[in-house]
Amino acid sequence: MNLTLLILLPLVTAVLILLMRNGEQVKWTALIGSAAQFVLAFALLFAFRSERLAGNEAQMLFELQYTWFPAWHISFHLGVDGISVAMILLTSFVVIAGVLVSWNVTKMTKEFYFLLILLSLGAYGFFISLDLFILFFFLEIAVIPKYLLIGIWGSGKKEYAANKLALMLMGGSALVLVGLLGVYFGSHEKTFDLLTLANAHIPVEVQKICFPLLFVGFGVFTALFPFHTWVPDGHSSAPTAGSMFLAGISMKLGGYGCLRVATYIMPDGAKEYANIVIVLSTIAILYGAFATMMQKDLKYINAYSSVSHCGFVLLGIGMLTKTAMTGAVMQMVSHGLMTALFFAVIGMIYERTHTRQVNEMGGLLKVMPFITTVLFIVGLCSLGLPGLSGFVAEMTVFMGSWQNPDTFHRIATIAACMSIVVTAVYILRAIGQTAMGPLKVSYGNLSNAKWNEKVAAIILIAGILAIGIAPFWLNDLISPATEIIMHKLTGGVHP
Amino acid sequence: MKSELVVVFIIFLLLFIKVGTEMKNEKLLPIIQFLLLANFIVGFFFNETGVLFGGLFSTNGLMAFQKSILSLGGYLISLLFSDWLKKSEHMPEFFVLMLSALLGMFFMISSGSLLMFFLSLELSTIPVAAMANFDLEKRTSSEASMKMILSSAFSSGILLFGISLIYGATGTINFAEIPALLDGSPLQILAFVFLFTAFAFKLSIVPFHLWTADVYEGAPVAVTSFLSVISKGSIAFILLTTLYKVFAPMQEIWYNMVMLLSIITMIVGNLFALRQQNIKRFLAFSSIAQVGFILVGLSSNSIQGTSSVVYFVLIYVFSNLAAFGVAAAISQQTGKERIDDFKGLYQNNPFISWILALALFSLAGIPPTAGFFGKLFLITAGASKGNYFFIIVAALNLIVSLYYYLRVIRAVFMDKNEQPIEKIILNPSTKLGMIICGAGIVLVGLLSWIFDYITALTA
Repeated sequence: MNLTLLILLPLVTAVLILLMRNGEQVKWTALIGSAAQFVLAFALLFAFRSERLAGNEAQMLFELQYTWFPAWHISFHLGVDGISVAMILLTSFVVIAGVLVSWNVTKMTKEFYFLLILLSLGAYGFFISLDLFILFFFLEIAVIPKYLLIGIWGSGKKEYAANKLALMLMGGSALVLVGLLGVYFGSHEKTFDLLTLANAHIPVEVQKICFPLLFVGFGVFTALFPFHTWVPDGHSSAPTAGSMFLAGISMKLGGYGCLRVATYIMPDGAKEYANIVIVLSTIAILYGAFATMMQKDLKYINAYSSVSHCGFVLLGIGMLTKTAMTGAVMQMVSHGLMTALFFAVIGMIYERTHTRQVNEMGGLLKVMPFITTVLFIVGLCSLGLPGLSGFVAEMTVFMGSWQNPDTFHRIATIAACMSIVVTAVYILRAIGQTAMGPLKVSYGNLSNAKWNEKVAAIILIAGILAIGIAPFWLNDLISPATEIIMHKLTGGVHP
Repeated sequence: MKSELVVVFIIFLLLFIKVGTEMKNEKLLPIIQFLLLANFIVGFFFNETGVLFGGLFSTNGLMAFQKSILSLGGYLISLLFSDWLKKSEHMPEFFVLMLSALLGMFFMISSGSLLMFFLSLELSTIPVAAMANFDLEKRTSSEASMKMILSSAFSSGILLFGISLIYGATGTINFAEIPALLDGSPLQILAFVFLFTAFAFKLSIVPFHLWTADVYEGAPVAVTSFLSVISKGSIAFILLTTLYKVFAPMQEIWYNMVMLLSIITMIVGNLFALRQQNIKRFLAFSSIAQVGFILVGLSSNSIQGTSSVVYFVLIYVFSNLAAFGVAAAISQQTGKERIDDFKGLYQNNPFISWILALALFSLAGIPPTAGFFGKLFLITAGASKGNYFFIIVAALNLIVSLYYYLRVIRAVFMDKNEQPIEKIILNPSTKLGMIICGAGIVLVGLLSWIFDYITALTA
């Protein structure tokens, strides 16, 4: 399978959107384009599995390499392993759902969908790059669409939020840039190629400087503790699809970068700083959970709980065991689906009630049964009900964390576990106030979900259930890839 | 010599047209645009490597390409500001002056001795001062011209002093002979400092930048863009030769100097740009910050340093001219130059809004625009020394600069305005210029062979 398709398809879709005449045509082009992405992602999954089943044990499959800037030894090097395939699947789920829930956007429809598709282009490109330069290129491509999406179509303090988000993310990428240059010149290989760098044995002192730069840089994207402040503002001001893309895809770019770039190519640095990562991510998990308790706005609730849930991703990476890392990747996929669905539901409710304040709602189950049922499902997934994806992912992270026998790791694990209780409190309270109780008179004639909203919700729920009920396929997909990273961490050389 | 002869030919042609015919501006402008385009295209053919006049003049493929970049800038200026040019009574003179300045720059790039360098620098400066005074009825324009002529006379004096010190210290003014005679003695360092100060004046490196904003604001936009893009580009090119060839033996000394000046220039340029309200002043300070970035790449003293600086100037020509072109189109028709006036621009003018956005994103270094590649390569070249502090400062400055570029983007796309700027009618050649700039901004980065071509010329 040719991986450039994953970049070309969104590109062609985006160009076609620009050529369309009216809003209807734009919407359908975007929908067909994102459906094609969806099909392509599954085709990639099956092609990947059949290659693996046929005994192809290469670390990266479907590799492609074109020279791009030979003077800097930059090449357009693409390839996927299990982790990338999982992330690409996640992206395609969120993109199609995001396109569907924005069906009612009337203000500058063309530009809106163009930016959405451009954002997905950045995400696909990021997940399939094996050259750090193009990885960085795609990481940055995604920043400006986010800024414009929030600033133009957002609500509330949108200009402030958009500025804050763009500047903090650019700050993160500036750190990433310095880290990458450090690796480029520090490894004496003068290359940005991920696989070459991973086998290059970068000197330990270089790793000690560059690992924190890269990890914090990517960490900003995934709400690493002191740098999480853009999350609540950005998510709550963004339009529905924007929040879905931000939380569902964009935050995962950071987690993926922390794992694939920082930890993989600099194992000594990772070991050096693992404890700090654990402390910070545990703080994020607990702080996020407690901060959510105080929120009254549904979007803020989900935004803060995202900080908490993304903490599990970094915790899993910081634990440096194979199971925990697999769990971290599963948590990225699971949280991506779940949070996208949560934002989608919030958007649906908001379109009808025109409020996001929990205490102003009540009894919505009576008028919009479908939407509130989805809200229940996503809430239960968030608090870790077995059978849904959240449970599987967080459980895997905890199991992996517990494999570290010393007290420090045990304490961190237990502290992180405690957050689940808090999560249960705020989720149940929010859902209870929204869906149960007496119905407000003014909400009596609200309509139930329309076809586009139903399809979007069903697609995401299908993803959540597929992971929750049968987690093994995802585990089988991811764990060979995390094993290679672990192999590198424990000093072995991959054959 | 070919590029210089072509320019001289065009200058004479224009003089004859001015004296001998009564052609209207409307008819004449397309002819001039065609001549400038021809000048750009001819720059790619019949390029030879060689030395003339006993070492005073030398040329090679890279220099020819640098000249082509400058010619391209001249051509784009004739397109982008055609509205303003057509209204001017003295349009042929404008081009005669511009081409004289261009001729000076060509000789400067090719100069092989300090004498030739000084003469050509003067030739490239004095016509620009006259151009700055081109809005004859405006006082600000004369003021800008006055400031420019005073500051450049001052810097010429310093330059001459530096040249005489170098002659005193080494006994030669020939670029080829100076490096062997440099030993880093205090006298030579002093001479170098004076020489570099003159460059700093022309490039408006902090703390020699004070003339920039006033001149940029007062001068007509076409002249401002010529100053900020083409003049600066040419000085950056000759600075490459001076630092990498002539003063190569004193590398340790000038590295620290360039690094310090680069850091101050980026920080001051960025901080002042944050507060500007006038779009021309805003672009002036942002161009100061951009020069700080050029210095980052310049500090590396390597083939990559040369190629990334030349590449960045090429990108900078497209990006900055596009931004100035949009600013000029707006101020020409509405007289509005404040950033606040741009609020809601997108409502009626989607085309120029996107061109402006592309230009600003490119200046800020956001992919997929070419500015991303340009800045990244400058920083990569600068990082080859392993100086993390310098690189972190440069990277942080990228964020600050993004903040103020986003301010304009925000005004154009997001802010509401009761009376947004009405539909601006662009004449075809302005539109063509903007499309060329937009295409350049997108393609120069993504098409990697352009960078390869420059690298091949450099090596």
